[in-house]
Amino acid sequence: MKVLVPVKRVIDYNVKPRVKADGTGVDLANVKMSMNPFDEIAVEEAIRLKEKGVATEIVVVSIGVAKAQETLRTALAMGADRAILVQTDDEVEPLAVAKILKTIATEEAPGLVILGKQAIDDDANQTGQMLAALLGWGQGTFASKVEVSGETVAVTREVDGGLETVSLKLPAIVTTDLRLNEPRYASLPNIMKAKSKPLATKTPADLGVEIASRLKTLKVTEPPKRSAGIKVADVDELVARLKEMAI
Amino acid sequence: MQVYDAPLRDMRFVLNELHADDGFGDIPALSEFTPDLTDAILEEAARFCRDVLLPINRSGDEEGCHLENGVVRTPAGFAQAYKQFAEGGWTALASDPEWGGQGLPEAVNKLVEEMICSSNLSFGLYPGLTHGATTAIEGHGSDALKQAYLPKMVSGQWSGTMCLTEPHCGTDLGLLRSRAVPQGDGSYKVTGSKIFISAGEHDLTENIIHLVLARLPDAPKGVKGISLFLVPKYLPKEDGTPGQSNGVACAAIEHKMGLKASATCQMNFDDSTGWLVGEPGKGMAAMFTMMNTERVSVGIQGLGVGEAAYQAAAWYAKDRIQGRALSGPKYPEQAADPIIVHPDVRRMLMTMRAYNEGCRALSAWVSRALDAEKHSPEPEVRQRASDFIALMTPVVKALFTDLAFDSANLAVQCYGGHGYIRESGVEQYARDARITMIYEGTNGVQALDLVGRKLGAHMGRYLRSFFHPVSAFIEENNVDGPMKPMVEALAKAFGALQLSTATVAQRALKDPEEAGAASADYLRLMGLVAMGYCFAKATKIAGLQLFFGSEDKRFYDAKIKTATFFFERILPQATASFLAIKAGKKSLMALEDDVF
Repeated sequence: MKVLVPVKRVIDYNVKPRVKADGTGVDLANVKMSMNPFDEIAVEEAIRLKEKGVATEIVVVSIGVAKAQETLRTALAMGADRAILVQTDDEVEPLAVAKILKTIATEEAPGLVILGKQAIDDDANQTGQMLAALLGWGQGTFASKVEVSGETVAVTREVDGGLETVSLKLPAIVTTDLRLNEPRYASLPNIMKAKSKPLATKTPADLGVEIASRLKTLKVTEPPKRSAGIKVADVDELVARLKEMAI
Repeated sequence: MQVYDAPLRDMRFVLNELHADDGFGDIPALSEFTPDLTDAILEEAARFCRDVLLPINRSGDEEGCHLENGVVRTPAGFAQAYKQFAEGGWTALASDPEWGGQGLPEAVNKLVEEMICSSNLSFGLYPGLTHGATTAIEGHGSDALKQAYLPKMVSGQWSGTMCLTEPHCGTDLGLLRSRAVPQGDGSYKVTGSKIFISAGEHDLTENIIHLVLARLPDAPKGVKGISLFLVPKYLPKEDGTPGQSNGVACAAIEHKMGLKASATCQMNFDDSTGWLVGEPGKGMAAMFTMMNTERVSVGIQGLGVGEAAYQAAAWYAKDRIQGRALSGPKYPEQAADPIIVHPDVRRMLMTMRAYNEGCRALSAWVSRALDAEKHSPEPEVRQRASDFIALMTPVVKALFTDLAFDSANLAVQCYGGHGYIRESGVEQYARDARITMIYEGTNGVQALDLVGRKLGAHMGRYLRSFFHPVSAFIEENNVDGPMKPMVEALAKAFGALQLSTATVAQRALKDPEEAGAASADYLRLMGLVAMGYCFAKATKIAGLQLFFGSEDKRFYDAKIKTATFFFERILPQATASFLAIKAGKKSLMALEDDVF
């Protein structure tokens, strides 16, 4: 079984993002970029499936600027087999990403597509669900456990009430939650091997996908600074204050 | 707080940009290590250091190592971290692929070493010593020894030590007493006591391979009678796995000022089976193969701690709000200004920063020479590289570790009272850095090595490997323009160095004590000139990058500002060193011994 893992190049989780002075977006010039942490978990899960003998090939795909190659190389260094970069300098919204992935999934015919549940830059949490809908495949989102047996996959999901296990017919879509696994560090020999693993570059046009934005960003601003709280003398005052504020 | 994040941008700068024209690069054997690959390696190493090694640095310092029933237990988390480290292939980084190594260029390896030492110096010693031991076995051991030991040491499954010091002899190894008796089957029985053996005993690996200096029965007195032996903790069985124990015991571990998570052991060898490494009586030569690479590595250890100290101090100076800037509030929205507004705090931060960047630039240059010495196809280049390494080894060792302790000390000062409190994490840097000035040959011994052995070698040929590029740079760049003040300052310091070289050489001919009296100042002077040269080159590159509109304006701009600080506020120390050298030994030796 082939596993397809989409990965996104995002601002590193350790970096404090700065908004551009003109309010058009987040300043990414010379900022450390890394693989979206949820996608790392997805890559790790695919590698574990391969180590168990369930998966035979892991294909990673990224959509974005040329530098996203580095992110793909990271995934290859962790243990993925080959990579596809769909190169574009434009902003790509979740629906366009899902359409691109649908085309690739149709070509590659994977048994599983494992995605991060969301990317830590825009936190959209949409791509996996949209992809499932476009392909007409089952989806198991927010996975904390993935078990493939025969033609089905059991996905344990982290939902508000606790855990829920769904059984999906393959091929299927899985999106990862934080507790699914702990991604490995790439080993030095694998980093060196990653350099010679195949990496194909395509464009959205090659895939026949129109990626024009449907949303317009009006303005990006920093969240307001937290203002200091107030001290109340006793419970009565607290209740009075709360009433005043109509809470 | 210990907040280390590897300075990857500066590392890429010294690796790929700064020394491109030094004549050591473009080595065909290393052409596969393109910047995109080395970037990936450095990034993963940085991640590993930050996420795995840094979190157990302070806890390791608090807990220390413990000797229980002859077994040393390393602090919590060390065994697990070491396992991950070895599995990740990091122990094999720079080793020869023939023995399972990754064959990385030293230029990359030294940067990774720096990161390891920044995040956890104690941890770094375990694989560091193993690497030194493998170097000696590779260089001098028989094929049988290499086959039996190198693959397991390179993979990190087994570790190594170097056993030189004995209770009564440290610097003067000619006095050593450990003895080795031939058994007729090619093996020897080694008996003796060794002290200060780093990683002599621990719970990280299944076997420990000791390289032990000892005397054969008929050996002459002094250093010419010393041979080197390989003595494993457990004798390998036929299948190569560790078998019966070999009479090697750890009698005690030292209670030290710092570096507490590294086990410093007293080792007893009692009729332990060993094998000769190299020829009888050539033990010192074999050991020096190891010592020379280790000395550069100890310099890098210093740099690593200096960088960690700087980062901790910079973090605190921005975080700690206290008082207001002398010129009026600079952060009026806060209750007070962060202490980074104060000129004196900035003096400390800039000093540390300039030390670290200067040392990193110089170490990258020396690392390129290490690669060229090993791999360059041109004999002339190999020779020049080898000369340069010989000259710079004592400078890197002593200068970097002196400056590292200064940096750690300044970091404590930036924290004020909190710096003196263990929880702040910065006093550990001062305690850890302190040893680097002592071990692997004290910094005094390094200075003597520079002045006594290296200056005059081959009619000053070693010196030329350094003086020629510096004078060529000065000549080429001493023109009107923004760099002029810098180049003039460099020329002045370089002039002082040349003059001092002549003075020292002349006086030492008549009186060796004059060489000793000048040595420490001379080494510092050479170090200042070497850093100045690197900063001037860096400024030129950064200036061009800015002129051509580089996207990385922030980095190049900071580089020029740091270089300017170095030239205006640190390089003037060259004059002080020069004057001290000029004064000679008289006032040093004047006071009678019994007046002390």
